[in-house]
Amino acid sequence: MAEPTLAQEPLTTTAAEEQIAIATQWQLMWWRFRKHRLAMIGTLVLAIFYLMVISADFLAYVDPNESEAMRSLMTPQPIHWFAEGKFAPYVHPLKGTRDPKTFKRVYVADLDTKVPMKFFAPGFSYKLFGIFPTDIHLIAVEGAKPEESLFILGTDLQGRDLWSRLMYGTQMSLTIGLVSVALSLLLGVALGGVSGYYGGILDTVIQRIIEILRSIPTIPLWMGLTAALPNDWSVMQVYFAITIIISLIGWTELARVVRGRFLSLRQEDFVMAAELLGCGKARVIFRHMVPSFISHIIAATTLAIPAMIISETSLSFLGLGLRPPAISWGVLLQDAQNIQSLAISPWLLTPVIPVIVAVLAFNFMGDGLRDAADPYG
Amino acid sequence: MIAYMVRRVLLAILTIWAITVLSFLIIQLPPGDFVTAYIATMSAGGSGITEGEAQALREQYGLDQPFHVQYLKWMGLIAQGNFGMAIEWGRPVLDVIGDRLVLTIVISLAAIVFTWTLALPIGIYSAVKRYSFLDYIFTFLGFIGLAIPGFMLALIVMYIGFAYFGASVGGLFSADYAEAPWSMERVWDLIKHLPVPAIVLGVAGTAQMIRIMRSNLLDELRKPYVMTARARGLSETRVIMKYPVRVALNPFISTIGYLLPYVVSGSIIVSLVLSLPTVGPLLLKSLIAQDMFLAGTIVLMLGVLTVIGTLISDLLLMWVDPRIRLGRQ
Repeated sequence: MAEPTLAQEPLTTTAAEEQIAIATQWQLMWWRFRKHRLAMIGTLVLAIFYLMVISADFLAYVDPNESEAMRSLMTPQPIHWFAEGKFAPYVHPLKGTRDPKTFKRVYVADLDTKVPMKFFAPGFSYKLFGIFPTDIHLIAVEGAKPEESLFILGTDLQGRDLWSRLMYGTQMSLTIGLVSVALSLLLGVALGGVSGYYGGILDTVIQRIIEILRSIPTIPLWMGLTAALPNDWSVMQVYFAITIIISLIGWTELARVVRGRFLSLRQEDFVMAAELLGCGKARVIFRHMVPSFISHIIAATTLAIPAMIISETSLSFLGLGLRPPAISWGVLLQDAQNIQSLAISPWLLTPVIPVIVAVLAFNFMGDGLRDAADPYG
Repeated sequence: MIAYMVRRVLLAILTIWAITVLSFLIIQLPPGDFVTAYIATMSAGGSGITEGEAQALREQYGLDQPFHVQYLKWMGLIAQGNFGMAIEWGRPVLDVIGDRLVLTIVISLAAIVFTWTLALPIGIYSAVKRYSFLDYIFTFLGFIGLAIPGFMLALIVMYIGFAYFGASVGGLFSADYAEAPWSMERVWDLIKHLPVPAIVLGVAGTAQMIRIMRSNLLDELRKPYVMTARARGLSETRVIMKYPVRVALNPFISTIGYLLPYVVSGSIIVSLVLSLPTVGPLLLKSLIAQDMFLAGTIVLMLGVLTVIGTLISDLLLMWVDPRIRLGRQ
C-alpha cells in the first residue's frame, strides 16, 4: 500500500492520507496498477497494437492480396534514411534475375537509382475506420508505384507484400482474440455465477463439466471441430465459427474465477444485510456483489486473451482455422511451415515477433490488473 | 481415502464417456455419411464397391438410424476392437495408427520429465535467493517461455539449427532406423533424438512450474517452523530440503494433471513442424481428407490416454500427500 512510504514525509502526510481515505475503489486500483511498471509497459504496447488494428489500411501501403509472380520471395529491403546529410528517406529499386546455376530468383538492388519515400502520401483507396473514403497512407514512394518498389519486410511466395499483410493480419488476430474472449466471458460469468450463487446439485454438475473439459487435450478437439466447417463458407462465417469453437472450450478458467468470487462474497455481511433488507436476487447480485468483484473478472479476462490468440494462430497455422483470403498471424505463418522455405526466405518468420510481443504484453497487463484488483488487500 | 479414490475413478469414467461422445460428434460432423465418402475414394482408386457391400456397411454402422443408436453401434464395435477403416489408406484404423500413439506418449512423457528436472531446482533456487540476479533472469525467461507457443518455438529452433549448425533437428529417428523394427539400437536412436522435441514441448510448462514452485516455497519459508529449525542450528540445506520443499512439492504434483492435456495437445502441432512420427501429422492429414474414423479414433485415444495419465497422477498425489490420503477434502 501507499501509506508507509508517504508516512516518511511528514509535511504531506495528512493531505495524502486524506486523499487515500476518500479515493474511490477505482482510483485506488489505478494508483496501484500505475506502480507495476511491466504492466504499464504492456498496456502501452497494447494501446499501440490496437491503434494499428483500427488504422491497418492507413499503415499498409499495398493491397494485401495483390500478387505478382515476378516479385516472388523478395528479401526485405533496407531503407536509407539520409541522403546527402539531410533526412530524405529513399530505397533502391530491386531487380529480379534468375541465377543461371540454381535457377532461383535473386534480387539485386539498383544502387544508381533512388526512389524517394514520402509520408502521408496517396496510395490505394480505402475507407478510414470504415467510414471516411481516402487514399492517404503512412508511407508511399514518389514517382513510382509502391507495389513495385517498396518491400520493407519482403514478399511471400506469391509476391505479396509482407508488411501490408502483417498489418491486416494484426487486425484479424487481435480482434478475434477479443471476440472469443467476450463469448467465453458470457459463458463463464453465466455458468460460474449460477454455480457459485445457487450451489448444490447445479454447482456439482457445472464443476464436473469444467473438470472434464480441462482434462481433454484441446488442440485435437479444436482440429476436429474446425475441420468440419464447410469449405464454401465466407471469411466472416468462418471467423465467427472459429471464435465460437475456441470460446466453447475456453470459458472454464473464467467460470472458475467467477464462482470462487461468488462463494467468498456470499459469506460477507453486506450481502446478508442486503438480503435481509429484502433485495431481490437480481439486485443483490448486480448492485451489491458484481461491483466488488468486477475488477477480478477484468484481470482474469485479460489473462485469457493471449490463450485465445495463440489458439487461433495455431489453428490457422495448421490450415484449419481462418483460410485465405483471410489474413491472420497464423495464416501468414503457414508460409513458414517447412524448413525449405525457412532456409530460403527466413523473413517469412517475421509474424512470430508480433505474436510474442502481444502475448507478453497481455500477460504483463493482466498480472498488473490482478495485483491491483483488490486495492484494500 | 477410499471415497477420494472412488470419486476420482468415477470422474475419469465420466470424462472418458464425454470424450467418446465428442469423438463421435467429430466423426459425424462433416456433411454426408462416411460410406458415401468411402465409395467415392474406392471408385477413385479403381476398386469399386458393390451396392450390396455399401448397404451392409450402412447397416453395420446404423447410418439410417438416429444419433444415439449410431453412437451405441459405434461403441459396440469399438468394444470388440473394431475402430473402422482408414479410408485413405484402405487399412484398419489401428494398423495405420500403429506405434505412432506410443511415440506420442513417449514424447509427452519426455517433455514432462524435462519440465520437472528443470523446474524443480530452478524453482527452489529462485525462492531461496529471491530477487537475486539469477532469479530475475529466470523470471524473465519464464515470461518469454510462456509467451511463445510450442509450434513457434519449434520453427525458431528449426531455423537456428539449420542456419547456424547446418543440421536438420526434425524427426525422431535417423534414416537407418526410421523403418526398422524395434530393437535396442532403435530405442537408443530414439533417445538421442528426444531432447529437442522434449525441450520445445516442455518450455512453456517449465516456465509455469517454476513460478508455482517459487511461490509455494516462498509461502512455506515464511512459516515459523523454518525459523525454529534455523534457530536450532540446522544447516541451511537441511532447513530448506527437509520440510519446506516437501510441502511445496504437493501442489506441484497435482498440476501434472493439468500439464498432461496441455503437453499432449502441444505435441500434435509441434510434431507437424518437426515432422515427428506421432499421431499429430496423421490427425491433420485425416481431417483434411475427411477420413473421419481415423480422425475420431485419434481424438478418442489421445483423450482417453490423457485421462488415464491424469488419474495416475491424482493417485500418486494421494500417495504423497497424507492430507488427501487421510480424507480432508
